[in-house]
Amino acid sequence: MTTQTLKTKATVLENLVAVRAMIRRHKRNDIIFAAVGLLALMLGLLTLLTLFLDLVMDGYPRFNLTFFSEFPSRRAANAGLLSAWVGSVLVMIVTFLTAVPMGVAAGLYLEEYAPKNWFSDLIEINVSNLAGVPSIIYGLLALGLFVYGLGLGESILTAGLTLGLLTLPVVIVSTREAIRGIPVAIREAAYAVGATKWQVVKDHVVKYSQGGILTGVIIGMSRAIGETAPIITIGALTFIAFLPPSPISDVAPFINFEWLGSGFTVLPIQMFNWLSRPDHAFATNAAATGAIIIVVTLMMNGTAIYLRYKIRKNIKW
Amino acid sequence: MINATTALKAESRELNFFYSNGNQALKSVSMPLYENKITALIGPSGCGKSTFLRCFNRMHDLYPGNKYEGQIVMHPDNTNILEAGVDPIEVRMRISMVFQKPNPFPKSIFENVAYGLRVRGEKNQRTLADKVEEALKGAALWNEVKDRQQDLAFNLSGGQQQRLCIARALATDPEIMLFDEPTSALDPIATANIEELMSELKNKLTILVVTHNMQQAARVSDYTAYMYLGELMEYGDTDTIFTRPTRKETEDYITGKFG
Ligand SMILES: Nc1ncnc2c1ncn2[C@@H]1O[C@H](COP(=O)(O)OP(=O)(O)OP(=O)(O)O)[C@@H](O)[C@H]1O
Ligand SMILES: [Mg+2]
Repeated sequence: MTTQTLKTKATVLENLVAVRAMIRRHKRNDIIFAAVGLLALMLGLLTLLTLFLDLVMDGYPRFNLTFFSEFPSRRAANAGLLSAWVGSVLVMIVTFLTAVPMGVAAGLYLEEYAPKNWFSDLIEINVSNLAGVPSIIYGLLALGLFVYGLGLGESILTAGLTLGLLTLPVVIVSTREAIRGIPVAIREAAYAVGATKWQVVKDHVVKYSQGGILTGVIIGMSRAIGETAPIITIGALTFIAFLPPSPISDVAPFINFEWLGSGFTVLPIQMFNWLSRPDHAFATNAAATGAIIIVVTLMMNGTAIYLRYKIRKNIKW
Repeated sequence: MINATTALKAESRELNFFYSNGNQALKSVSMPLYENKITALIGPSGCGKSTFLRCFNRMHDLYPGNKYEGQIVMHPDNTNILEAGVDPIEVRMRISMVFQKPNPFPKSIFENVAYGLRVRGEKNQRTLADKVEEALKGAALWNEVKDRQQDLAFNLSGGQQQRLCIARALATDPEIMLFDEPTSALDPIATANIEELMSELKNKLTILVVTHNMQQAARVSDYTAYMYLGELMEYGDTDTIFTRPTRKETEDYITGKFG
């Protein structure tokens, strides 16, 4: 207080002018960046939107119920998606049932139980990298392992397991991230009342990370549903005019597993098949299928966002 | 001076503690905890108060590489709770803890309090309800929440959440309760509530509390320990420590000249 001189009105005003000029300059940068960002965003969104509208317009004549209830046919106008969408649903069931339990268990183990050393670091790096491996490599692996090695054939089971492998890293990574989001204070609170590790995992860790895990699962599956390359590699049929045996039967034990061994096709394969026909009429079918795949994917992502919001609503940290 | 009729509940003997990075946070700390008394731990930030407190429920065991040396003996059974053969879970079943920031689970009020009982395998709905009620009453929260026990704990105010955490720690009928700056996130009224609560709780159990608030230590505690750089500098009954400390450093800290 002693050495500092009082600021005169003049110096205060002068300073104020300089500060205001500076703020204006900084704000200008804000506006420029916002404009550039918006442009980039719009370019991305508009491209997707144009693509989608184009597919919808081209495929428009096929948007009716028979398109979903007919088998493929030699005549484009009669050809339908029945075997493809049923195939996709069945393959996705197998994918879900393999990727989710394995991915969540692996994520939980790595995060909660595995000792932290160079080996777990190595696994961590590998799992993250696995998520970036091109899908056709998974197809190749599946061809060797499932089709020839285990003799599962070119079946729904093989396809489901292959896509399950493809989805696995995404599930593991999102499980771990969800678990890491749980505050230390909550864990310590649970341990402090005398909980064992397993009690902490089952009563707290799994419960509070459900939202994040589910999001990862759905996003992984929505990627898997559009996968074509690995399915072609393991030998999906492109023209299928039959349905796999029904998983539900009217005699005990009411469920059967014959469908797992059945030949199959899926939506993107069907689309690819129609696209490669010389007859231009099939392009309409392909466009309609493309639009449907986009809608399904967007719906799955929408569900993921909704569920995440719903589950997170009760958890605030 | 220390009343000869008060029983010893626990004591640390030559306790050293090392964090996994090799940092020795406690240096040969020997200190008693008297039964049904409140012992306050004071000292400048970073002197090892939380570290010492967390030795009592083996919280440090949750993180690999931490190391204890010396003993913490609990009475009347004479168990050294730091011994390798003693399960930290057993220790946490006898000694519960209330943290600095309220940390309720994202569950209902009821489930928060019942959790310690569920961990012990209690399934009977009637018993659970009775014990939850008893604990909420013990934490002076019952009247405010009795009609909304199924509400989420996050919907309570900060002070209520902290009392909920006390109820959670109380429900399992512990022998000792540890408090790590339990009121530092609360306003003066909520703080007064918690202090009053602690004075009532000591009829049932033994309390060790870390605080940065000198008035709080003076108001609630029977004994006070002053720590500095991982060492116990001075220990005695609270009146003596606050009126006639033997060491200059203690006096400087208490009067705010340092720390
Ligand atoms: N996990 C850790 N690893 C290594 N050193 C630690 C760790 N936690 C605390 N320490 C160090 O141990 C010493 C004691 O810390 P402690 O948290 O017990 O202090 P405190 O007295 O509770 O302080 P405060 O009043 O700020 O809470 C400090 O020097 C701190 O830096
Ligand atoms: Mg502390």
